[in-house]
Amino acid sequence: MVSTSTLQTVSRENEIVVSMREVTKRFPGVVANDRVTFEARRGEIHALLGENGAGKSTLMNVLTGLYTPEEGEIAINGQPAQFRSPKDSIAAGIGMVHQHFKLVETQTVTENVILGLDAPRFRLDMSRAEADVAKLSEQYGLKIDPKAYIWQLSVGEQQRVEIIKALYRGAQILILDEPTAVLTPQETEELFITLRDMVAKGHTIIFISHKLDEVMSIADRVTVLRGGKVVATVNARDTNKAELAEMMVGRPVLFRLDRPALEPGEMVLRVEELHAENDKGLPALRGISFYVRAREIVGIAGVSGNGQSELAEALNGLRPITRGRIFLNGREITTLSAREIIDAGVAHVPEDRHTDGSVGDMNLTENIILKRYRHPPIARGPVIDWNQAREMSSELVSRFNVQAPGLDTRARLLSGGNLQKLILARELSAEPALIVAMHPTQGLDVGATEYVRQVLLEQRAAGAAVLLISEDLDEVMQLSDRILVIYEGEIMGEASGEKADRAQIGLMMAGQRQEVGY
Amino acid sequence: MIHIRLEPRLSTPRWVSWASPVVSIILALMVGAVLIAAQGASPIEAYAAMYRGALGSGFGFAETLVKAIPLMLAGLGVAIAFRMQLWNIGAEGQLWMGAWAAAGVGLFLYAAIPMPPWLAILLMMLASMLAGGLWGAIPGALKAYLNVNEILTSLMLNSVAIFWVLYFVDILWRDPGGLGFPNTAPLDKAIWLPKLGALLFFLPPTHRVHLGLAFGIIAAAFMWYALSKMQWGYEVRVIGLNKRAAGFAGMPIARNIVLVMFLSGALAGLAGMSEVAGVAHRLQRGLSPGYGFTAIIIAWLAKLNPFAIILVSILFGGLLVAGEQIQMTMGLPASISLILQGLILFFVLAGDVLSQYRIRFR
Repeated sequence: MVSTSTLQTVSRENEIVVSMREVTKRFPGVVANDRVTFEARRGEIHALLGENGAGKSTLMNVLTGLYTPEEGEIAINGQPAQFRSPKDSIAAGIGMVHQHFKLVETQTVTENVILGLDAPRFRLDMSRAEADVAKLSEQYGLKIDPKAYIWQLSVGEQQRVEIIKALYRGAQILILDEPTAVLTPQETEELFITLRDMVAKGHTIIFISHKLDEVMSIADRVTVLRGGKVVATVNARDTNKAELAEMMVGRPVLFRLDRPALEPGEMVLRVEELHAENDKGLPALRGISFYVRAREIVGIAGVSGNGQSELAEALNGLRPITRGRIFLNGREITTLSAREIIDAGVAHVPEDRHTDGSVGDMNLTENIILKRYRHPPIARGPVIDWNQAREMSSELVSRFNVQAPGLDTRARLLSGGNLQKLILARELSAEPALIVAMHPTQGLDVGATEYVRQVLLEQRAAGAAVLLISEDLDEVMQLSDRILVIYEGEIMGEASGEKADRAQIGLMMAGQRQEVGY
Repeated sequence: MIHIRLEPRLSTPRWVSWASPVVSIILALMVGAVLIAAQGASPIEAYAAMYRGALGSGFGFAETLVKAIPLMLAGLGVAIAFRMQLWNIGAEGQLWMGAWAAAGVGLFLYAAIPMPPWLAILLMMLASMLAGGLWGAIPGALKAYLNVNEILTSLMLNSVAIFWVLYFVDILWRDPGGLGFPNTAPLDKAIWLPKLGALLFFLPPTHRVHLGLAFGIIAAAFMWYALSKMQWGYEVRVIGLNKRAAGFAGMPIARNIVLVMFLSGALAGLAGMSEVAGVAHRLQRGLSPGYGFTAIIIAWLAKLNPFAIILVSILFGGLLVAGEQIQMTMGLPASISLILQGLILFFVLAGDVLSQYRIRFR
């Protein structure tokens, strides 16, 4: 008995569990997946690598039954499969952990896990379900309290709930969509241990990512998508970062940015004991103090939701300050309105390009003048000189290399990278004293990311003070002269950009105060 | 099981956005035909009578224009608020408040203080705009500073306004020589809004079309100019399309909410004044058969475009006249025209969905 099952496991080792052949999915005007062939084996971590819009999510949505492909065949464990809805794919043993979790905050872990299941049709045996969840959590090393409420959990713990949810539904094949985007380096390590453990138990993991480092460290095989097509499927140990990047982007990529040493200038931004509340009226910033000088980039690292948004909004006059003071070039701006702060020379590259940074249904020109329509030469008395506006936008669109069919194109139709360039064009062309940039490269492709970082470094060289708020630790470390780590609305410590130690920053991101030397 | 779902269109073909209102009207007429037939009348005859009544004669067209005046003023008022995603459902009440204020000035201030008639007319206009504007600014301020839903407040304030005005009509300002009719004394002829007379050479000389038509056209032109050329209009458009981005750009949102609701109410108030001074020449029950509500349909049908509002108002004015016509000539209920209004709106709303989404069966 034992020996046969072992034998079976061995023989099933390299068995192909997911097979997608020549899958084509079209949307009006776009071929999102163009004859994509993708295979995943039992017991492997298979990374799906590609830029935004390369077709990774579409492909996985086809696999989970959310989309029906126009052409192609799917087989699970050798059986042809036709998924009409996610229910079918769950029944076939496929589970997905989305980038944005689908959890009910006000319910417990167990309630979330059993949510939507048909199984207990009449009487809900909660204690039994809890025991099941506890068992799974122990089996897979996913530490979690089955009775805890979701809102009490950290993001990393919530992710574990999502994984347990999939396992509880019998998932043999687990798809993780950019799972590390919300984790600290330590949490990422823990996740990776869990994933390795899961494949050792015979699960298959499909790992969607655009981060090369983590793909290299976790994946057995990598399938690279570009423009809806498969570029190649390679063994992780037979390739390297540069090769993957080139496959992903279609041209060689520079990994080093030129950040010359600069002598910082005058103090531009000084923040003293800043307090502010979040939208729920709870303290979000608890006494933050720091400064940014001209010709330097100060990075704020931290896991999302630790007060970063509130900090950016408070600095830009968009959120009331409950205590503390802010100075710009020595002048107090604590109580100024958003408009006055803009006029004082603060530029803001906001967190969300679509909802905060642009008006989707307006054209490029109308978006370019968003902060400038009241000042000459755009303003002429109470009217707007649209000829001047068009001239300015045409100049900026070409200077910042925004790719668009024309100035009358609605901002909504721009790609993420081009929209960000448009926002940078608007914000930076005003020659601001201070730039507050929040997640400036989030969701951008490699090319646009390179461009945005380059532009921030140029601004630094030109004498601006830059406050870079980002969850991407690599980005913060690459660009910043100094790094501050924020945790629950407080600064946990400061590190020099060049000599920063990832592990130490990780500890600070998890809430441990550190005295980090220079 | 067949799944029906709506899939967003990436872009809307130009012809769809134009075809949608036209097809809506045709479909509304077809459904209306069934209802007319259910009354035992011939739909073709009824529609022919409606056409003759509203557009077929110079006099009919003049009456259509008379009815179109309050519709276009209130419609423009509603549209400016809608442009900023402020759902002002209170144009009816704002119209009544404007009518009330205008009547007050025309009946009492003009009698108390000697002044030239043109000045009295101007004061009536200002008073009506102030009253309607303030009535609109109340839900505006509640929305701007306390985040109270303006749909509910503006809707409920309609009743308050109408009963307030009726209290004056029925009791305080009631004409003692009015033979028991619930209305005020008539305004002095000198302060009636002048008829456009020979200016509208294509109409019979005795037509009732008054200066209010010019108010409507000027208001539309100003609204177009403000929205497309002025900094303030640009702010209104940005706030309407993306309030958050407007805030991030430092635009004063709360102030603009109150201001736009004031203007919205002011235009509806002016519609009330033009009815008092241009048509009824007194304040009376039934002054507005729901112009302020029809204005909402008009604004939507015109896709909030000021000039389209003028055209659609004329169409709807014609519908009202036509309803009266078939009531008189064919004994059909005049509310047929209200039913047609409702049907047109239904089909336009459906058309809006279909122009943005396509239906997929699977």
